[in-house]
Amino acid sequence: MASSIECLLSLVNQNKMEISKLSASQIVSHIAAGELTATDCTQHFLNEIERKDPTLNSYLHVAKESAIETAQQIDARRSAGESLGALAGLPVAVKDGICTKGIRTTAASKMLENFVPPFDATIVQKLTDADAIVIGKTNLDEFAMGSSTENSAFGATKNPWNTDCVPGGSSGGSAACVGADLAPVSIGSDTGGSIRQPAAFCGVTGLKPTYGRVSRFGLIAFASSLDQIGPFTRTAQDAALTMNVIGGHCERDSTSAREDLPDFSSKLDQSLSGVRIGICKEHFESGLPDDIRKSMDESISVLKSLGATTVEISLPHSKYGIAAYYVIASSEASGNLARYDGVRYTMRFEADNLNKMYGLTRTEGFGDEVRRRIMLGTYALSSGYYDAYYVKASKVRRLIKNDYTKAFESCDVILGPTAPSTAFKFGEHTTDPLTMYLADIFTVTANLAGLPGISIPCGFSDGMPIGLQLQGKSFDEATLLQIAHQFQQQTDWHSRRPQA
Amino acid sequence: MNTNTQISAADREAVTAAEVTTIIGLEVHVQLQTKSKLFCGCSTLFGQEPNTQTCPVCTGMPGSLPVLNKQALKLSIKTGLALNCEIAKHTKWDRKNYFYPDLPKGYQISQLDQPICGVGYLDISDSDGAFEPKRVEIERAHLEEDAGKSSHDESGRGGKSKIDLNRTGTPLLEIVTRPDMRSAAEAKAFLQSLKMILTYIEVSDCNMQEGSLRCDGNINLHINVGGQKIATPIVEIKNMNSFRAAERALDYEVKRQLAEWKETGGTIEGAPKRTFGWDDQAEVTIAQREKEEAADYRYFPDPDLIAVVTTDEQIDAIREEIGTLPSRLRNDLVREHQLSEYDANVLVNQGRGVVDYFLSVAKTCDNSKLAINWVNQEVLRHLNETNSAIDQYPIGSDGMGDLLKRITDGDLDQTRGKDVLSAMMEDSIDAAAAIEKLGIRQVDSSELDSLCQQLLDANPKVVAQVQEGKVKALGALVGQARKINPNVNPGTLQANLRKMLGVDG
Repeated sequence: MASSIECLLSLVNQNKMEISKLSASQIVSHIAAGELTATDCTQHFLNEIERKDPTLNSYLHVAKESAIETAQQIDARRSAGESLGALAGLPVAVKDGICTKGIRTTAASKMLENFVPPFDATIVQKLTDADAIVIGKTNLDEFAMGSSTENSAFGATKNPWNTDCVPGGSSGGSAACVGADLAPVSIGSDTGGSIRQPAAFCGVTGLKPTYGRVSRFGLIAFASSLDQIGPFTRTAQDAALTMNVIGGHCERDSTSAREDLPDFSSKLDQSLSGVRIGICKEHFESGLPDDIRKSMDESISVLKSLGATTVEISLPHSKYGIAAYYVIASSEASGNLARYDGVRYTMRFEADNLNKMYGLTRTEGFGDEVRRRIMLGTYALSSGYYDAYYVKASKVRRLIKNDYTKAFESCDVILGPTAPSTAFKFGEHTTDPLTMYLADIFTVTANLAGLPGISIPCGFSDGMPIGLQLQGKSFDEATLLQIAHQFQQQTDWHSRRPQA
Repeated sequence: MNTNTQISAADREAVTAAEVTTIIGLEVHVQLQTKSKLFCGCSTLFGQEPNTQTCPVCTGMPGSLPVLNKQALKLSIKTGLALNCEIAKHTKWDRKNYFYPDLPKGYQISQLDQPICGVGYLDISDSDGAFEPKRVEIERAHLEEDAGKSSHDESGRGGKSKIDLNRTGTPLLEIVTRPDMRSAAEAKAFLQSLKMILTYIEVSDCNMQEGSLRCDGNINLHINVGGQKIATPIVEIKNMNSFRAAERALDYEVKRQLAEWKETGGTIEGAPKRTFGWDDQAEVTIAQREKEEAADYRYFPDPDLIAVVTTDEQIDAIREEIGTLPSRLRNDLVREHQLSEYDANVLVNQGRGVVDYFLSVAKTCDNSKLAINWVNQEVLRHLNETNSAIDQYPIGSDGMGDLLKRITDGDLDQTRGKDVLSAMMEDSIDAAAAIEKLGIRQVDSSELDSLCQQLLDANPKVVAQVQEGKVKALGALVGQARKINPNVNPGTLQANLRKMLGVDG
């Protein structure tokens, strides 16, 4: 009797171990084949969240009941022989800056502490239409403003590789939960690097698609012309799988592209022979830590061994990227965040007149960084300053775009480090916002130019993951995923896991 | 403007009206007649329960995004074409940022530097000759979304303010004129003419009570003092809720500005534009609270919307839909239908429905003169009395045309025709059935001869007068004849009487 219980327990444990090791693609095919139920899979991740997340704080909300309920429905439908969607039974965590119908959506701000959207973001709708299961809402820097998740009004998320370190940001919760095996896939958003930088810090794969590739409807706007939704996964293959579901034109987003959606998985297995990789010299200038430089060199060797060639390119205006980015992003944010005024769905600080109510609500409701950026943007748009700031930044943006167009004449993708460092310690940059802003130095230019970029694990420095960034041509995510996948066939950086 | 020389109070007092030129420009907000709002699918119906015509987009919920209503753009282009405006091939959207509780996003989506309609004009005139015909230039017309409606507790007891967002996001076309009008009468004529065009081309119902047409005026005076031209400070007048109110407010403001200048000598130099509201009850303009500093709306291009490109083909297709505009229609009616200027004006002022009715009737009966008389006297009188619109008039243009054709052909005289019309309206029957019902039939010649003989026998005095040369005296017999036989045609009757008395011609 006792031995049979032990046997059962070990089977359960074995099963648990197995689910943690499975990629999203494997989970989907196991569920489709009836080798794993959606309910067991979902329960496994819920258990893991309960076990590990009190330490990590990657989730702001875990949708336990609705996730299990949906999983049971999917299992029932499968048993009844109904056809299921492309992601049937796959648990997906969604950044809390993306609207989920009936599930509180806060953007990690006190301002929206009690906001329950009456609608789903397009990507949430697409995920649920594909029978994926929204398992919870992940932590972020308030309104996606930050590079460390320290700006969340509900506590910072910790890096699963070292809980003294930040997970990066703004989509730190989405990166950490995949890095700690608390979800096989998560969704984030990237305005200046908010998917790629935390992916690098947490040792996972993160894709920022081309601007317009994924609908922004339901994404709580930070900077509308830069924001783009994308997936965090363990592998490039999983990213392709997710992109096939969340991409495509959306009638509710005027900026959504009418480009045809390719099958992102179809090119993964193609050889890299003939692929030209641009090495941007500006990304390797002094100041880049030796470990990061070394792992870049090693990665380049791997890709060369797979048939790729390299060419040196230059993005001469990228040094103005951060400055232009903070003017444009803050300007747009100052408008986008004006709606949080205490009148409708936000928190309200009662006062005896309207202006006082506005002032107190916005002082109490927003954190320091959000207020800083609203002020910065308001200033940049003010009469007399508009030309010197907003207009000039827009011109720089055009020049950066032109740099990329020129560079892509001689290469197919551009390779470099995702971030100038590995994950830093909590508090390391909080006193000086400018040093924090530099965490996005290699990523913002892709947002300014609207181009796709991916970060994949490519090594370690002092036990912390290093991210390799590939930036691609407009709407050519398929080539980024192909190179990333081929790289992941030759390396195991993406399979490494932090100690529990 | 030369203000170096101070004008003394005595010199100011001596200025007469002849030395004062009024300068007026208008800003007109027109609500476009679309089924749904400018950037979402909510209905634009007026008068619904508060906050029932809203969605995440027009209430500015986090994550919502605007999508352009193409019909609103089309109606804007149509308006621009009717006002002779240049139509922008490339237009974009800008955010006008300001905080107000009935502005859910904290900004209004508008058009700053690339309005859909550029420079154009509208010719105005006054039938009573109050001013010479003139051209008012349009500076621009741009498309924007409306804000919501706030209602505040006016009792002073500090009750809660209420906000209705049904109107939020309704498409508005803001038409801005150059300061080309020189009197309140000209401004009123501009507004009337504009309203007529907008209703003719069916872009707006221009219902001022429901706020479909709202007007602000910018006004100041240029005063000639011994060859020196002085300009008074510019005032913007809001809340002019009817054409009459606009005229009175502007007239009042002319007097007020002149009086103020005579008292203070204050000129435009260094004076910020002030805002006054028109109080229709008190018949005065009242200064509104001065803003401490000029509003900075921090306009910038809306990154949620893409630029709109319009092709020549699209513009031409819209031009096709405009049809004949009122001024052209007036000319056509005078030239092709021989209407008097007065009649043409009356008809056109009634709107396209009445004009179309007239044209159809005139065509069927082939008699414009008869048609305009009947439309004026019968149709419009009925519409006035019942306060109804032409499409509610019980007799369609075919039926009316048929009736008038019978009159033209001499089958009926106009008096009998009116009896027939009454019968048609009473019993909802056509002219033939009404004639049948009234027992109207042609009087044959033997019947006519015997009737005439009967009349001549009974009226020897009249016969004598006629024989003395007063042929007109026969007219007195018509009434008697109709009492005996209502079907007799007065013309035929008189002709027959003349023949029998041998006074032909």
